[in-house]
Formats: sequence, structure tokens, C-alpha cells
Amino acid sequence: MTPLDATSADAPLKIGAHEFRSRLLVGTGKYPSLDIMQRAHEASGTELVTVAIRRIHLDDPSGKTLIDYIDRTRYKILPNTAGCTTAKDAVLTAQLAREALGTDLIKLEVIGDPQTLYPDTAETIVAAKELVRDGFTVLPYIIDDPTACQRLEDAGCAAVMPLGAPIGSGLGICNPYSLAIIIERAKVPVIVDAGVGTASDASVAMELGADAVLMNTGIAAARDPVLMALAMRHAIEAGRLAYRAGRMAKRLYASASSPMSDLIVTRANQ
Amino acid sequence: MYATVNGERRELRSGATVAELLRNLKVEGPGIAVAVNERVVRSSRFDEHRLSEGDVVEIIRAVAGG
Repeated sequence: MTPLDATSADAPLKIGAHEFRSRLLVGTGKYPSLDIMQRAHEASGTELVTVAIRRIHLDDPSGKTLIDYIDRTRYKILPNTAGCTTAKDAVLTAQLAREALGTDLIKLEVIGDPQTLYPDTAETIVAAKELVRDGFTVLPYIIDDPTACQRLEDAGCAAVMPLGAPIGSGLGICNPYSLAIIIERAKVPVIVDAGVGTASDASVAMELGADAVLMNTGIAAARDPVLMALAMRHAIEAGRLAYRAGRMAKRLYASASSPMSDLIVTRANQ
Repeated sequence: MYATVNGERRELRSGATVAELLRNLKVEGPGIAVAVNERVVRSSRFDEHRLSEGDVVEIIRAVAGG
């Protein structure tokens, strides 16, 4: 018998026409250096990394850019519309990203509030419809709300990406019950996006049945991002395996693991 | 003539193409994209797309993000 591997017997993650063995999506922001980012990506085992889209600085247009630090034979690029606050801005940003990077994948992010970075659900749905019509494979960042996720699935999104907690907060999976409902109902992959602070948070998301987890700060802001990337890889794999294995039922009282008969009883108890 | 490029007002030769603007700004692809008046201009059309007075040009590339 061949040794069990975390991914070999598992179905690939399918997002639109794209397939992935890894269920960990990783960002490129906030790393102490691009060298550390590269090593963290490698340690994470990711196959899909996010980037943002911004205006070129006209006073310094040349020089090595982020894309030079991403080996595109190993990693697919998932551009985002981070920072956009209207559907219109998000659609144009996505169209520019597709032209610049040659990918139909887009992480749709339309922010409704600068302090919480919670998404603007109404604008996100408007943008999602427009981008699906334009041929994009749309992965929307959205609140952990089953109705919002349903609307985005109905709009033709290839996945839904409910948050675990606010972006960059590291608070973990704040509402596992609503995530569980989203996961149970969704017919497209559910990717928990944002809020993961440490390995156990990633495992919780995967044990709930999430298809993947997207994280940036959880790795980049760790004291050692490369070690944390490896921890996250194991956490995703462990959580996925536990989900596939099917956990035991919880019970209020103890249930002995050892036989309760044929015990050795000393004189004082006779 | 004048156009707005990445939010800055810039003087351009009348009838300048997108390719000419990129050369003048020393912006090189791959990995960049251009929109004029909120519409993407494909890179294959940079040589033929002529800019007009008052055009709003966006030139972007990928940066680090999550």
C-alpha cells in the first residue's frame, strides 16, 4: 500500500476552467521583502497568488516590478479589484488586469466602508453580473451572508469568497455557523477570504467544508512568514483531511475509550 | 494638446498615439495595460490609437496586494 498523501486521493479544486491541487491561495502584500514573499509562496505550496492593480508612477515607470518575482510557470495570478468602491471602478480595473496579465480570473472586491473594509454587497453583485457577461471567471469577496453568496452564485460567479473576519484582522473564523450554511448551500466552490490569523483558523475553515482559503496578512505579518506559510499549508491539508474523514459526533458526557469490564480491583474496594 | 495621464495633466503632441505616449513616459510592457476614457485599449492597437484633447488615460500594472 502506498503511503497516504494529503492531496493524492482528493479531487482538484475547480474554479471555472481552472484546476488546482493546492487549496491555499496566497497574497503578495505586506511581506518584509520580495525575497521572503517568494520563499513564503514556495513553502505554502500555493498555485494561485493575488496581486493588486494600480496606476504606474510616471516619475519612476521602469524598474523591476512585482510580476518579476512571481514564477508564472508555477503560480497562476489572481488580480484583485481591491480599493474599488463602485461597480464601475471594479469593472474597469478588472478589464485592465485582464489586459495586463492575460488572465480571465478576477478577485472582485468592492469596498463599502474604509474602516471595516466590509464589502458593498449591492455594488459587488452589479459588478459580478457585468464581469460574468464580459467573460471573466469571477471570485467575489463578500460578507459571510448566505443570501449574498446565493445572489453571486446566481449571477454566474465561479466561486464565492465569504470573509472569516475583517481583512487583515487575524480574528479567525468569527461566524462558523453562517459559513456552514453557505458551504452547505453553495454549488460553486466556497473560498474563505480574509481574517485567518494562524494555522488553526485555516483548519477550522477547511473542517467546516470550505473548498479553499485565501490569506495574505496571516502569512506576511507573521514573525517568520516562510515558517507560517508552511504551517498554513499543513493546516489547510489537515483541515481538508479531517473534513473528508468526517469528524465524530460531539457529546456532553465522557465515553470511555478503554473497556469498563474486567478491571483490577484492590482489597480496599471489595 | 493636453490629456490627463494617471491623474496628471500632460502636454502631448497633437494626434499622438498611445504607443508614443508610452515611449515618452518610458513605460514598457509586458505587464501593463492602458485605458482611454474608461475603455481598455488593447496593446495591439497602441500604434494606431490616437489621443485627443482632454482624453483621460490610465496606465496600470500589478503591484503587491491580497
